[in-house]
Amino acid sequence: MKKTLKKWLEKTIEGILFLSSTITTLTVILIVVFLFKEGKSLFQSTPIEEGFVLAVNKANAAGNLSANQIKNIFDQNIINWKELGGNDEPIFLFRMDDLSNYYTDEELGENFEFVPQRTNEFIDKTPGIIAFFPSKNIDSNFSGKILPIEKTTLKQFLSEKEWFPTAQPVAQLGVLSLILGTLWVSFGAILIALPLGLATAIYMAEIATKRVRNILKPLIELLAGIPSVVYGFFGLIVIVPQIQSLFGLPVGETALAGSIILGIMALPTIVTISEDALRTTPNAMKEASLALGANKWQTIHRVVIPYAGSGITAAAILGIGRAIGETMAVLMVTGNAAIIPHTFLEPVRTIPATIAAELGEAPQGGMHFKALFALGCILFIMTIVVNLTVEFISSRRKNKISH
Amino acid sequence: MNFKYKAILSIATLFAMAFTQPGVTLKIKGSDTVLPLSQKEAESFMKKNPTSKITVIGGGSGVGIAAFLDGTTDIAMSSRKMKMSEKMKLQDAGKAFKEVTIAYDALSVIVNPNNKVSQLTREQLEGIFTGKITNWKEVGGNDEKIVAYSRESSSGTYEFFKEHVLSNKNYGTSILMMPATGAIVQSVSQTKGAIGYIGFAYMEKTVKALKVSYDKGKTYVEPTVANSKNKSYPIVRPLYYYYLIKDAAKVKPFLDYVLSGEGQKVVSDVGYINLN
Repeated sequence: MKKTLKKWLEKTIEGILFLSSTITTLTVILIVVFLFKEGKSLFQSTPIEEGFVLAVNKANAAGNLSANQIKNIFDQNIINWKELGGNDEPIFLFRMDDLSNYYTDEELGENFEFVPQRTNEFIDKTPGIIAFFPSKNIDSNFSGKILPIEKTTLKQFLSEKEWFPTAQPVAQLGVLSLILGTLWVSFGAILIALPLGLATAIYMAEIATKRVRNILKPLIELLAGIPSVVYGFFGLIVIVPQIQSLFGLPVGETALAGSIILGIMALPTIVTISEDALRTTPNAMKEASLALGANKWQTIHRVVIPYAGSGITAAAILGIGRAIGETMAVLMVTGNAAIIPHTFLEPVRTIPATIAAELGEAPQGGMHFKALFALGCILFIMTIVVNLTVEFISSRRKNKISH
Repeated sequence: MNFKYKAILSIATLFAMAFTQPGVTLKIKGSDTVLPLSQKEAESFMKKNPTSKITVIGGGSGVGIAAFLDGTTDIAMSSRKMKMSEKMKLQDAGKAFKEVTIAYDALSVIVNPNNKVSQLTREQLEGIFTGKITNWKEVGGNDEKIVAYSRESSSGTYEFFKEHVLSNKNYGTSILMMPATGAIVQSVSQTKGAIGYIGFAYMEKTVKALKVSYDKGKTYVEPTVANSKNKSYPIVRPLYYYYLIKDAAKVKPFLDYVLSGEGQKVVSDVGYINLN
């Protein structure tokens, strides 16, 4: 009786454990599938605002326009059709809401029933026009030419440089500057955090007395517990003005500020993991080195660090992983201008900051919304590459130890 | 025993509130700019009329008007006029609506207090924020790089500034995007060549507000509440409530309160410009 009960209990616990692992796996798969499904749908949509069309006069000779050309037209950087291979005719911009400037309410009809007809009329009599209006206002005998807008392609998405997801009439979805910004800030963070973290880890593992270590270690781990908003605030108030006056810059919100903050945030990861790696060096090896007449520094330099090499690399890469995905602190200190960075003293915009700042107002299911999910996919791929690298390096370490 | 008694009493009170005195139950949704104002108005209205229940939800002007179209909100609050496309959608659904201006909001253009420039024309502002003017000496200042701060594209203020000051052109790529108005004030106060825009309610002594000209430099107007009221200051927008005419009776008590002297006092307390 007692035995069967015990068996039954065991089975139940087994079942619960199995269920939890299944749920965890399913959740991960679900999130990834959802992310990529939403992200992929971007490439099935055109960058023009949903339900709207762009049309020109029937006599217009200009060919297909790219998203960038359309933006430049509506920003009035291109003001004549001949710049686009058309006739020598100044470009006349027309938006739906402008219609009331040219027609009275009576002419538009009490229930706006004449709007399609008037729109058509206006496009027909204005040779240089480019009109942006809802597709349901296309008149049944529309005489203008509707511009075909191509779907967003993956290549465009990754290589275009301008990020104006809310630009009207056609959004500019180029994420190159965002990807480079993310990598740039993370790279800077690791440049700062790795030497500092490694030095701390060596000190704690090899030099510090037990008492110092017992104080130092929890203190460093406490760094991981500070909310990232607090880091961001600290960065904006303290680090940004310091950088500005130190380098004599016009603006202190730079990639460097982001890198410093992220470097501090990555420190606990790097210190803890590389210290653990350093401490796995067998005492026999260290003692052998000392017995051969090497001093303490030589032993650390030639024996301990090489032995822990792959552990230190893993620490660095995990630190990068932490930096790549960090949102809030970066959002507050890097200035968020979507430009391709050339030095550390320029503002940058990172992918997580973009998603956090824009998702709230992007209309659900719209093109902007999908573009942000596609950005999420890119971020996911970046972090998975980082994780796989860690996996690869630590498996190499295991091999090395077993040989 | 005591607890039970209290519980019964409070449930009874709830029932009494729900059934004996049906107060106003309203849902207000929309612009995040109008949100703090509507919340304060709703709070003080409910204090006076304890039986009424007003729920205020943000999300942006577009979201509010979309909810209005679906019929999931009684009042849509908006920091911009309803667009023609939205009007036509309402028209299609056979819904007649009314627009009420409840307050005004004005933006000031701010620079660092050490900047010797104290006035700019709209065209100059357009040049600065579209990235065509990059040095203060081009607009009469020192030889110093211009650092322009804007709100994020999700903000209604971003759109308002784009429409009214940049004449619908896109911001330049080098413009710095800040997540909050407070961050703009902080950055402008500590950056020598900075320029930014903020709502009147956020004005602080650590930054300097510019005079603005909308007539190509003939007259420059100081951003003050008085100038906004007499319409001489140009960067002002009305804040609207939209409601359906068939809901007029339901909405009236609250609307009347907002437009009353007391309600308009709340407007200036929150930092907006009242109607009178």
